[in-house]
Amino acid sequence: MGYKIKMAMLMLCLTLLLSACGVKKEEKKGASAHHSHTLAISGSTSVGPLAEKLAEKYEEIDNIKIEINQIGSSAGITNAINDVSEIGMSSRELKEEEKARLQETIIAYDGIVVVTHPSNKVKDLTMEQIKDIFTGKITNWKDLGGDDLEIVVVSREDGSGSRDAFQEIVGYSSGELIRNAIVASGNGNIKTTVATNKHAVGFISFEYIDESVSTVNVNGVEATAENVLAQKYSLARPFLFVHKEESLTEEGQRFIDYILSPEGQAIAAETGAIPIK
Amino acid sequence: MRKLKDNLLLTLLWFAAFLTVAVLVTIVGYIFYKGMGLISFNFIFGDYSPSGDGGIWPMVVTTIYTIAISLIIATPVGILAAVYLQEYAKQGKLVRLIRFATESLTGIPSIIYGLFGAVFFVTTLKLGMSIISASLTLTIIVLPVIIRTTEESLKTVPRTYREGSLALGTTKLQTLYKVILPSAMPGILSGLILSMGRIIGESAAIFLTAGTVAAMPSSIFSSARTLTVHSFLVTQEAGDIELAAAIGIVLIVIILILNFSATFISKKLNKADY
Amino acid sequence: MTSLPLKKETEKIGKSNKRKYRLEKFSGNLFLFCALLSVISLLLIICFVFYKGAHPFLAEGYRFLDFLLGSDWVPSEDKFGILPMIIASLYATIGALIIGVPIGLLTAIFLAEIAPKSIAKIISPAVQLLAGIPSVLYGVFGLAIIVPFLQNHLGLIKGQSLVAVILVLAIMMLPTVVTVAETSIRAVPKTYREGSLALGASPIGTIFKVVVPAAKSGIMTAIVLGMGRAIGETMAVILVAGNSLIIPTSLTDSVRPLTTNIALEMGYAFGTHQEMLFATGIVLFSFILILNFTLARISSKGGN
Repeated sequence: MGYKIKMAMLMLCLTLLLSACGVKKEEKKGASAHHSHTLAISGSTSVGPLAEKLAEKYEEIDNIKIEINQIGSSAGITNAINDVSEIGMSSRELKEEEKARLQETIIAYDGIVVVTHPSNKVKDLTMEQIKDIFTGKITNWKDLGGDDLEIVVVSREDGSGSRDAFQEIVGYSSGELIRNAIVASGNGNIKTTVATNKHAVGFISFEYIDESVSTVNVNGVEATAENVLAQKYSLARPFLFVHKEESLTEEGQRFIDYILSPEGQAIAAETGAIPIK
Repeated sequence: MRKLKDNLLLTLLWFAAFLTVAVLVTIVGYIFYKGMGLISFNFIFGDYSPSGDGGIWPMVVTTIYTIAISLIIATPVGILAAVYLQEYAKQGKLVRLIRFATESLTGIPSIIYGLFGAVFFVTTLKLGMSIISASLTLTIIVLPVIIRTTEESLKTVPRTYREGSLALGTTKLQTLYKVILPSAMPGILSGLILSMGRIIGESAAIFLTAGTVAAMPSSIFSSARTLTVHSFLVTQEAGDIELAAAIGIVLIVIILILNFSATFISKKLNKADY
Repeated sequence: MTSLPLKKETEKIGKSNKRKYRLEKFSGNLFLFCALLSVISLLLIICFVFYKGAHPFLAEGYRFLDFLLGSDWVPSEDKFGILPMIIASLYATIGALIIGVPIGLLTAIFLAEIAPKSIAKIISPAVQLLAGIPSVLYGVFGLAIIVPFLQNHLGLIKGQSLVAVILVLAIMMLPTVVTVAETSIRAVPKTYREGSLALGASPIGTIFKVVVPAAKSGIMTAIVLGMGRAIGETMAVILVAGNSLIIPTSLTDSVRPLTTNIALEMGYAFGTHQEMLFATGIVLFSFILILNFTLARISSKGGN
């Protein structure tokens, strides 16, 4: 019996210790890195990748830890209002009642591009046609000069800043969106869905464009940063950092300053966003 | 005629079994095939980087944190609860209520736990989206598992042990922790290991309570993502099947190790005496 | 247990009888408290989820029937109807049962009755192991293999569909169904089989006419457990469902089951929208409670 007790206790301790060990080691590691301040940021999945890259670079030069939660623009704005996050990220303009409570900083601009499967022959659409596709008035690519294929609409989820901005610019409401649209959460999700389905059409942020999908010109204008800046390409929106005036810490302000500096803006340009200057 | 029917049924049985095995082998095989290319020392122990080529170490650490915290709370509570049910309680309404609650907890889908964690631990107790919120939610999820396995193993402790010990003039408590618990230890340990498996596999509840921050957690109050949530997110957000499969390999290997150690421990300890 | 230290301890404690009894009493209460924690947790879960979910109907003037039977879900326009999701959940669960249960049961029968011992010894633990694999991985597999297969080889216009959900759920419930059913079939007493065989029944006839009916309650448990797993699954389903808000009319429609709706929108919902997601949770919860109740009745019948 004695042997058994010892053995059992040992095993129990081992299992618990094994897990505890990992924790301890990490605590030490954390202590040596010694982050003095944690900056909580949450919001748009479109702003997220840019913010992550900025944070990665910024953490190298400042003694700070930046936590970024990509949960969608509306949630980020709510978090900033409720002090859950110090800074909210938004990829749509603030509504009036939000503006009353929050300060906004435009950290970059971004275009939204309509994307299709690479094999799709339709390369040019008017704003009206885009609206008809997403509201279900046009349901076959042949009506747009493409192959005889049914259109599969892929939209972002309700509450996404990209979806709000896209719907506002194109001119339809959430209730008008065709019901059998696939709802994908996140730009990446839309991109992979469109890239693997020759029927599909969706919209993503400029940052996510790559050769796996084909981009569509709007009213004959190509989706490029230059055209957005020249105000020729209308599917564009600002990337915002929003915060309550009284909640912003010194560290938060320093991070925003860094983003607006030439160095920060260069990173923005690198990731595919459009610098403010 | 009967022979024909019998043969047909027999074929059907072989076919069904073959199908089950084939499907399951395909899944595991596919995950290994897709993800093996990414597995390396750096992948597991390297820091995460948003630019892509980083490792999954922060997620491993987060997973370890959640396992450690949930088990540190759930183990004593679960074992003591089982002891109460098996050794102390008189059968009656109260015990039936407790049994009913434990069984109901087993059946609740994890998304409901997630909702509860989000409103109770995250919002009401103001713990925020954090490892601690997720761990507390997980504590409730694994509690029934620990209670049930402990009860099962307490049942297997022969009556004579208890009687012998009590006859020697020990108190109930002494009998309990000197005689009964040690004898039940193998069962209890395999229960704990099963719970670890459950925690590792959990996604929906953690997703809603720990958030999705892809960085090394600085404390248990940080928001972070576990391996399983990471595997979900890279599939959903980036469509990166290879990365998801590579994380899947890590998960499957951990679960294999846990299962083997559960079997090993109970065998080893059962052999130790009797 | 050696008797020497035990004797010493008995003597020691004998000296402080009062302390001993206090300790006994205290520990008894502590154990009771721990046992009650699961009751407290269950009550907390029910209270909080129901409180949050019932709020819009009690305090904000929404009608529960509109919620249950409404077919529009547009949170930004204050429309909350979950009929499409209820139907999607039901279809997905029933579909998964139709495929998963026969295959799972036949496999269980095979493993318990037909398979050579050496084969069963390898397969049974392997299947058990698969029950422990994170469900997300089944979703990853579904997205990587099943969805493209449906699109490219079966000509569906979108692979994310009801049929994809059904297939993933059916595969996912297999390990649960097989393991539980196998255990209960193995538990059927040998004498049943011997009796049947002695009466001249064929081995296969014995299995289907005698053994399987004898294991009925265990098999029902297996089915209900598998069903619970299917109806509650979330993350694997999100990846393959397509999440469209229509009432599915065919297997090729993309769907949004109840669980998916919660996980998909919980991250950014607030106010009434968030409360409606809790209300969705209540509906899901009710389904599960009904299931558990059925399960309890089945197992109590089996006991008789």
